[in-house]
Amino acid sequence: MSETYEHVAPARYRISGKGRVNDLAPVRFTFDGREIVAAAGDTVASALLAHGIHLVGRSFKYHRPRGVVTAGSEEPNALIRVTHSAKGGEGRTEPNTRATMQEAVEGLKVESQNRWPSLSFDALSLNDRLSRVLGAGFYYKTFKWPRSFWDKVYEPAIRAAAGLGRAPTEDDPDHYSSRYAFCDILVVGAGPAGLAAAMAAAGDGRRVILADESGEPGGSLLAMPAATIDGKPAWVWLAETLETLAAAGVTILLRTTAIAYDHENMVGLVERVTDHLATAPADLPRERFWRVRAGRVVLAQGAIEKPLVFDGNDRPGVMLAGAAQTYLNRYGVAVGRHVAVATSHDSAWHTAFALTDAGVTVAMIADTRAQVAPALTAAAAERGIAVMLSTVPVATQGTKRIKGVWLAERTGDTVAEAGYHACDALLMSGGWTPAVSLFSHTKGKLAWDAATGRFLPDTSPEACHTAGAGAGVWGLADALASGAEAGAAAAGTTAPSFTVTGDDAGTGAPEGALPSDRPARKAFVDFQNDVTAKDIRLAVTEGMRSIEHIKRYTTTGMATDQGKLSNINGLMIAAEALGKTPPEVGLTTFRPPYTPTTFAALAGPRRGATFEVTRKTVIDPWAEAAGAVFEPVALWRRARYFPKGVETMDEAVARECRTTRKTAGIFDASTLGKIEVVGPDAAEFLNRMYTNPMLKLGVGKCRYALMLGDDGFIRDDGVIARVAEDRFHVTTTTGGAPRVLATMEDYLQTEWPDLKVWLTSTTEEWATIAINGPKAREILKPFIKDADISAEAFPHMSMLECSFAGVPCRLFRVSFTGELGFEVNVGAAEGRKVWELIVGAGEKVGACVYGTETMHVLRAEKGYIIVGQETDGTVTPQDAGLSWALGKTKADFVGMRALKRPDMAKADRKQLVGLFTEDPGTVLEEGAQIVEGPDEPLPMTMLGHVTSSYMSATLGRSIAMAVVSGGHARMGETLYVPMDDGVIAATVTSTVFFDPEGARLNG
Amino acid sequence: MILIHCPYCDETLPEAEFTYAGEAHVVRPDPSVSDETWRDFLYIRSNPKGPHAERWRHAHGCGRYFNAIRDTVSDRVLTTYKAGESKPVLPGDVK
Ligand SMILES: [Zn+2]
Repeated sequence: MSETYEHVAPARYRISGKGRVNDLAPVRFTFDGREIVAAAGDTVASALLAHGIHLVGRSFKYHRPRGVVTAGSEEPNALIRVTHSAKGGEGRTEPNTRATMQEAVEGLKVESQNRWPSLSFDALSLNDRLSRVLGAGFYYKTFKWPRSFWDKVYEPAIRAAAGLGRAPTEDDPDHYSSRYAFCDILVVGAGPAGLAAAMAAAGDGRRVILADESGEPGGSLLAMPAATIDGKPAWVWLAETLETLAAAGVTILLRTTAIAYDHENMVGLVERVTDHLATAPADLPRERFWRVRAGRVVLAQGAIEKPLVFDGNDRPGVMLAGAAQTYLNRYGVAVGRHVAVATSHDSAWHTAFALTDAGVTVAMIADTRAQVAPALTAAAAERGIAVMLSTVPVATQGTKRIKGVWLAERTGDTVAEAGYHACDALLMSGGWTPAVSLFSHTKGKLAWDAATGRFLPDTSPEACHTAGAGAGVWGLADALASGAEAGAAAAGTTAPSFTVTGDDAGTGAPEGALPSDRPARKAFVDFQNDVTAKDIRLAVTEGMRSIEHIKRYTTTGMATDQGKLSNINGLMIAAEALGKTPPEVGLTTFRPPYTPTTFAALAGPRRGATFEVTRKTVIDPWAEAAGAVFEPVALWRRARYFPKGVETMDEAVARECRTTRKTAGIFDASTLGKIEVVGPDAAEFLNRMYTNPMLKLGVGKCRYALMLGDDGFIRDDGVIARVAEDRFHVTTTTGGAPRVLATMEDYLQTEWPDLKVWLTSTTEEWATIAINGPKAREILKPFIKDADISAEAFPHMSMLECSFAGVPCRLFRVSFTGELGFEVNVGAAEGRKVWELIVGAGEKVGACVYGTETMHVLRAEKGYIIVGQETDGTVTPQDAGLSWALGKTKADFVGMRALKRPDMAKADRKQLVGLFTEDPGTVLEEGAQIVEGPDEPLPMTMLGHVTSSYMSATLGRSIAMAVVSGGHARMGETLYVPMDDGVIAATVTSTVFFDPEGARLNG
Repeated sequence: MILIHCPYCDETLPEAEFTYAGEAHVVRPDPSVSDETWRDFLYIRSNPKGPHAERWRHAHGCGRYFNAIRDTVSDRVLTTYKAGESKPVLPGDVK
C-alpha cells in the first residue's frame, strides 16, 4: 500500500461516498501496460470497472470479447495473468487468476489472456464466425480420423488456439505451508448466516474457526449498507460483531477458501497469505493449506446468482445484478451510467433501486414474470424506473461493450416483436443457486425444490449444518436466524435473535433458456467453456440422455469454474429437451477443489529437496568427500561409483570390478535391511517365514534366505545368521526392509500369536562394510585380535562376534561377489572410523572402494539375483533357479503350498537364464523384449525380457540375465531382441558367468 | 481422511497412522488342502457393498494388526476389535 496520501481524482465510474474502499490510498497496477489507479480495498475487477473497463478477456473457444460477470470466486470470464512485480519476475506469475478475487496490489502487472495479438483485436475471433460448425461434439466428429493425426496435428493446433492462460516458465520461488488444526465448530462463510452461527457457537472455551474467502468478512452485508440489525446500521453491526467474535476467541481466517470437505469433518482450507501484499516478509508462505478436523461444521457459503440464458448474454457489460450491487456498495463503483435490468428474481429490483439512489440512471426493469410484489413496482415508480413485466431480453447489441438490448414481451414460450433499448450495462438475474458443492463433497443428498428450481441440501453423513442462502434461505433476517440456529445446534447453545430493517427478502421464478424471436445461437450457458443452449439441445438430439454424457459431450460445467453459474441452467435446458424433470435428469457430481487451487498449496513443503527424506549412511560423507557419484535406492542415497580423475562411469566400474577380483574391493553395505529376531521360538518362526530350513542352523552359521508370499512368488532375500540359540541377525534387501518387517509382524501377530518371538528393526543400528577379493582377509586380519578368521576356523557362511580394533563387531563371512568376502558390522556410531581403518589398510595392498554399480556387475557375473530386478512379483524360486533354497522336508513355510499348484510348474513359465549377445561388445537394454525369430510378423510373440545387463570387465564381454518362457530348456538357443535400430541376436546360457565351481569363495 | 480407533492404544486417530492389510477373517488353511481351497484363500475376497471386515495395522503407532468393520458405501469405520476376537454382530446384521 502506498505511503503517500495525495488525493487522486476518482476514476470515472467511482461514486464518491459509496463503498468501503479508500481512494485516498491509491494503489497503482497495470492492465495490459496501462496504469490503473485503484483504491485501497479494490479488487482488480472493481478497479477496472471504476475506470469503465469491462472488456477483460477473450473466450476459450470462440475468442469472443468477455467482461466481468460476477464479484466473487465464481467468476467465469475475468481470468487474468498476474505478475507480482514488486516481489520478483516470471516465477511469481500466475495465469487464470480471477480478477474478482485478486486484490489490487501496488506494482501488480495484470495481463488479459487468450487473445492475439491484442485484447481489442483478436485474430482467432474468426472462430466466433465459425461457431455454426464448432458446436457440441465438434472435436469428436471432426478430428477422429485419421487416428495418427490426433497427436501430431489436431491436438497441438486446438490446444494452441483454444487455451486459457500461459503457464509461467520459471520455478515458483515462493514457499507454501501446511497446517493441521482442530476445532469444535468450523463455520465456512462469514456472511450474515456465518457470523450469526459463529456468535451462537462462540464462548465457553469452544474452539471456533470462521473462514471466508474474501479479503473482508461480511459477505452480502458488504453490499447492504442500508439495512439495520438490532437497530444498528449493517456495517456498524458487522464491525461490532467481529470485535465480539475476536474477544470470544474465534479464529477468523480471511482470504481462505474451503476447497474440500473430506471424511469425518476434515475440511481443507487454502489461505492466500501474501497475494494481497505488494511486498511480503520472506518468512511468510504465499499460501497455507489448513487441514481442519472439526467437531461440527456449519456451511454458510451463500448462493450464486444465475445468469439468464438469451442471445448475446455474454457481451461485456452484461453482468449479474447482485455483482453490480456489490460493486456499487462495497467498492463504490457504478458498472454503467445508463443501466438496464433483466430479471426473474426480486433481488435485481433492489439492485436497481440502490443504483438509482446512488445517481445512476436505470432505464427499465424487465421481469420475465407476469406478476411481482406491488411494493416493488411502487418502489420503481417512485424512482421513475420503467417496469416491463412478462418481458425477456432476446438479443444484445455491441461488440466490446454492450450498447443496447432487445426486449420482447413473452407469452409462455412465444414472444412479441422485440423493441430496442440503449444501455451501457445490462444487469441480469435468473435467481440464486445455493452453493452446495462442499455439502455434496460429504456425499450429502440434495433435494430438488421445483417451485424455485433449486437443489437444496438435504441429509449428510457428516456432522454438518447448513445455513443462510446456501440452505435456500433468502433475505437478511432469515439468513441471520438460520445461521444462529445452525451455530446453536452445532454448539448446543441457544440461538440469539436479531431485529432487522431494510431487508431485501424476495422470491423469483426459475427459467431455462428464455424464449426468443430469433435462432439465439449465442445464448450462453457456460461462459468459460463457450457452451450455448443450442449445444445442449444438440447433445440431446444426438442421443445423449444422462447429464454426465451431456456434460462431457458439450463440456458444460467442465471449465475451471466447475459450472458454478451454468450447471442449473444447463440442467433445466437438458431436462426440457428430454421432457423430464431436473431431478430425473440428475446433477453432475461436485468434486473438490471448490475453486481452482495451486499445486503448490497442495504440495506445501513437500517439493524439491524436501519432497521426501534422503537416508544417508554414516559413511556417506566420506563417499561425498571422495567424489562418489550417487544414486537413489529406495529412500537411500548410495554411492554408485568412485571415479578417479576424468574416468567415465564405465571406466570407473571396470576398474573397480577388476581391482576387486584381482585384489580387493571395499563397499558400504549399511543400507541392507536388518532385523533382530529374538526369542525361544525364533528359529521356528524363521523356519516358517523363509523357504530354507532354519531349525538346524548352528550358532555362528549363516544361510542364504529366501522369502515368498503365500502365493509362492519371491518377495525378498537376504542372509540369516544365528547369533545365539534364541537370537538371529536377519538381513533384507535395501528397499524391502520395512515390508519384510511388516510381513513378519503380520504372521507373528495374526497367524502364529503363540510363538514367543520379538522383532526389532536394526537397519540403522549397524554400519555394514563389505570386503571382497583375494586380499580381503589380509586387509581384515590385523584388526581382529580376539578371533581366528582363517579359512579353516572361519569358513564361508560363518559369523562370529568379535572386537574390531576394540569396537564390538558382528563379523560375517559372506559374499555377494563370488570372491572371498567378509561383512563387518559395527555400531553405526563407530562406522565411519572403522570404514577409514579398513580403507587405509586396503589402500596399502592396492584395494579400492566400489559403489553399487560395481556391486551389480560383480553379482551378475555370478548369477546372483536382485529381488525387484530379476523378480517382479510373478517369479517363483524354480523360475529363478533357486529350487535348492527350498526346504524339501519342511511341514510348511510361507509360499510352500502355492508352489504345488500345477500352474507353478508349467514348462513355459518365464525362467531366469543368462544371455550372451552375438557381438560381445553389445550391451542389451534392461527391460528389452525377447522374441523367437528376427523376422516374425507383428505382433511378435514376447518370450520375456532382459532383467540385468552389463559390460563385464572380468569376462571382457557383455553379459545379461533375462526371464524367458521355458528358458531353462533353451540352453544354447539363439533368441532375438528387436530394438529401434535393428535386431540383436543372443545365445541362452547359464546365469553363472564366472567361476561356476565357486572356488574363489573359499579362498 | 477417515478416523480409526486402535483397539490396543484405545485412541481414535487419523487414517494416515494406519496401513490397510486386506480382508479380515481369511483363515490361512493347512497346506494339505486342495488347490481350489488354497486359491480361494489367496485370491477370493467378499468385496461387499456395505459393512466389510478388514485388517488394519497401526503402523505409525503401536504396530499392532487389528480388525475393523468399515462400511464400503459411506467409507466409515463402524467398529474395531483386536486380532483373534470374533466378528462383532452389528445392528442390522442378519443373524
Ligand atoms: Zn495402536
